[in-house]
Amino acid sequence: MRAPAVPDPAAGDVLLAVDNVSLAFGGVRALRDVSFDIHRGEIRAIIGPNGAGKTSMLNVVNGFYQPQQGRITFKGVTRAKMRPYEAARGGIARTFQNVALFKGMTALDNIMAGRTLKMRRSFFWQLLRYGPAMAEEVEHRRRVEDIIDFLQIPHIRKIPVGKLPYGLQKRVELGRALAMEPELLLLDEPMAGMNLEEKEDMSRFIIDVNNHFGTTIALIEHDMGVVMDLSNRIVVLDHGVKIADGTPLDVQGDQAVIDAYLGVAH
Amino acid sequence: MADIATARGHAFSGKPAAALEPAVSASAVERAGHPTTAPASPDTFPKLLLRNADIFADRPAIRHKDLGIWQTWTWRQVRDEVSAFARGLAELGLRRGDHYAIVGRNKPRLYWAMCAGQALGAVPVPLYSDSVADEIGFVLAHAEAKLVIAEDQEQVDKILSIRDKLSLLTHIVYDEPRGLRDYDRTALTWIDDVQRRGREAIARDPPHRQWWENEVAAGKGDDLAVILYTSGTTGRPKGVMLSHTNVLISAHNGNAFDRLGADEEVIAYLPLAWVGDHIFSYAQSYDAGFCVNCPEAAETVVEDRREIGTTYAFAPPRIYENIITITMVRMEDAGALKRHMFHFFIGVARRWGEKILDRKPVPLHARLLYWLGEILVYGPLKNRFGLSHIRVAYTAGEAIGPDIFRFFRALGINLKQLYGATEASVYITAQPDGEIHADTVGRPNIDVEVKVSEDGEVLFRSPGVFQGYYKDPEKTAETKTQDGWVRSGDAGFLDPATGHLKIIDRAKDVGRLNDGTLFAPKYIENKLKFYPNIKEVVALGDKRDFVCVMINIDMTAVGSWAERNDVVYGSYQELAGNPAVYDMIERHIDEVNRSLLEEAVMGAAQIRRFLVLHKELDADDGELTRTLKVRRSFIAERYKPLMDALYGGASEADIATEVTFEDGRKGTIAARVVIRDLKPATPAMEKAA
Repeated sequence: MRAPAVPDPAAGDVLLAVDNVSLAFGGVRALRDVSFDIHRGEIRAIIGPNGAGKTSMLNVVNGFYQPQQGRITFKGVTRAKMRPYEAARGGIARTFQNVALFKGMTALDNIMAGRTLKMRRSFFWQLLRYGPAMAEEVEHRRRVEDIIDFLQIPHIRKIPVGKLPYGLQKRVELGRALAMEPELLLLDEPMAGMNLEEKEDMSRFIIDVNNHFGTTIALIEHDMGVVMDLSNRIVVLDHGVKIADGTPLDVQGDQAVIDAYLGVAH
Repeated sequence: MADIATARGHAFSGKPAAALEPAVSASAVERAGHPTTAPASPDTFPKLLLRNADIFADRPAIRHKDLGIWQTWTWRQVRDEVSAFARGLAELGLRRGDHYAIVGRNKPRLYWAMCAGQALGAVPVPLYSDSVADEIGFVLAHAEAKLVIAEDQEQVDKILSIRDKLSLLTHIVYDEPRGLRDYDRTALTWIDDVQRRGREAIARDPPHRQWWENEVAAGKGDDLAVILYTSGTTGRPKGVMLSHTNVLISAHNGNAFDRLGADEEVIAYLPLAWVGDHIFSYAQSYDAGFCVNCPEAAETVVEDRREIGTTYAFAPPRIYENIITITMVRMEDAGALKRHMFHFFIGVARRWGEKILDRKPVPLHARLLYWLGEILVYGPLKNRFGLSHIRVAYTAGEAIGPDIFRFFRALGINLKQLYGATEASVYITAQPDGEIHADTVGRPNIDVEVKVSEDGEVLFRSPGVFQGYYKDPEKTAETKTQDGWVRSGDAGFLDPATGHLKIIDRAKDVGRLNDGTLFAPKYIENKLKFYPNIKEVVALGDKRDFVCVMINIDMTAVGSWAERNDVVYGSYQELAGNPAVYDMIERHIDEVNRSLLEEAVMGAAQIRRFLVLHKELDADDGELTRTLKVRRSFIAERYKPLMDALYGGASEADIATEVTFEDGRKGTIAARVVIRDLKPATPAMEKAA
């Protein structure tokens, strides 16, 4: 099933490129011939009205959906299809629109779960918690503690996430994604349902992740103020079609965008 | 999952190492036997550090929970860190006599910053980390700070925003590098780099040891040790100057008073700028050699305290109130069996616990029940809040509700009250073990003299008494007399029966009834406010014939009472006017009148009339300050019709008040408020247990 991997020498500082992707569910055409790219180190926003195909786009990028047409080039490797585990191994991590954590596990264990792909020792040794497996686990825990410190959540380390308020659950989810040490981080509405203060906190964390770890970020967000402040470039979708692509300033002034989205919403 | 947070407090709190025995026990004997007026020979903080590095060597001096693990530094390591830090600060240009500020939460390196600067003969000025930029700016300018040691980006940003106004400030040193990577480095240095520069200087310059020892030796006990700015309720903050001797004698006497030694464990979580933290987390630790633990974050203090198992604690009343509230709310949600067990054993504890704690005779069956309660309820509860190992716990800062106070004592926690002031290096009075009264603040501490002036103000004199207010000789002269007595600003009296001090009010608020009876509004208000049904009280009586009170009911408590008793109400106003609520409040006031009567000094100021206000007092309407203190004079004016009715004998009064809603709109609330008379209490009331 695996598509032939062709290195693309012309990629330059493009981390990920989507070319002419179309995706349909039966008769519903979620994405129509969409192309855009994400540069290494930038914060890239995907916006659009409800049902524009934003989440579908993210799902295509991390291999959750298989597009009927088009290609995805990630780190110079072009594929027609990408499997979720290939995306994860390759350094793509994501968070979900509806928090997808293990509710009965503590914040710490949830974030540790993000390290699974980095574990080298076999399951057997990990069960015994002996020798190299133990040393490895201590090292993973150290990395996770750095993330806990970074996200300022030491006080909830040992609390089952199901008991946490929504804003903190979102932060734990971000922590789990960071634990994978991704090159590309996909955030699906990281600020949905948050109050102003929580949004400000989350914005700061996103900027810090970008600055501090140099992580490339692609995010979907509805709060226009946040999007305009955070992102370097924005791609606008409407009914599965890309209608604009550029800097926040370009997009804000684009008549098609105003008609489709900003003008209506505000 | 590997639990790597293993440095538990009790691992260290066993017997000290054999080599230490003589030193430790010798000082213990000295403390128990004849308290001395001077600390043992080292008379400054840096000298104490050198002594501790010798005698306590590899015992823990300070811990910090970082990345989920308790990191420990021994006294020797602290000495090395501080000496490198001091050298680095000297390289940055800090000189003897300079002032420098420290702003941040409780972190080991900020405590080291105090001692490092003091070793150079410079004077630290700790600031409140939650102050806004302007407040910080005022203190930095007033204190003429040459250098600031800031915890993190938040503090650095505040200082940079007011940088232009601070011509004397040459450098900012920070502890937490996060977010500061892209800042202009010309006048901004990371503590690590300061220490590294210090270490490099030491390596370049072999006689460093000599330099360091000379610097430390040059410090004298009478040198200024610290300037602590008091958060002024009126006007700008004042800088209280304390010498090394002031702080260290007071700390030493405090340790002696409670026989605190090198085995104590404390959590440092109160503001660095507050004299309490300076004494408890810094001076007393240096004096006794015990370990100070810095929590991971403000939100983790309870969890961290539990892991450490603190033996000595200090907190304002709200912390204790909070513990009770959390417990009660959780118990309401617990299963019926647990809830009944809890209430039964809390009943047992309230009846016998304090007597057992004070080693008074108690019948055998009570002892057995209490023992069972300890296993089933008290032990787990204390463990939950990290209070299992407590030997001495203090509450201070404001009055604590007697019920709250007794609750903790009943659980077997040696909670005591203390009365202190920045100007006294904390200790004025404290309750000795076994002499605990819910309504006193204890006896004068070792070396402290206390007297009450003719107009009822408490005065004190001690070796801990401050040098003066920085750059404010006028205020200094107002507060401190030539012969060293300091006016506390509080009115109080020495209880003839026990010899303990009772604080009744701020001196300027104390008045007299027309017949000359002493009238202390806050004393009466506090007594009433300790009832959960009463939220705010305004007591009136100065230059009047008798005392009246205006009451605000507590909507949560009275609302839930109304629900249980099928009292229907639609608003605060309706509930406040309900006759059944009036009956309830009347019973509370009767009890207060009776308890007032038992007191020689305050007894005559009986409450004769009261009313329940038709609206809640609100800071938005200017009736309360932002820190929720009642503004009596403002209220007197605003509610003049009610005051007139209270003293005019009417049984009800009409009032219309303008209110400000949360969105800024204004409106008017009009009401007819009922006034009730109270029967005076008779002295021969029940003397029940």
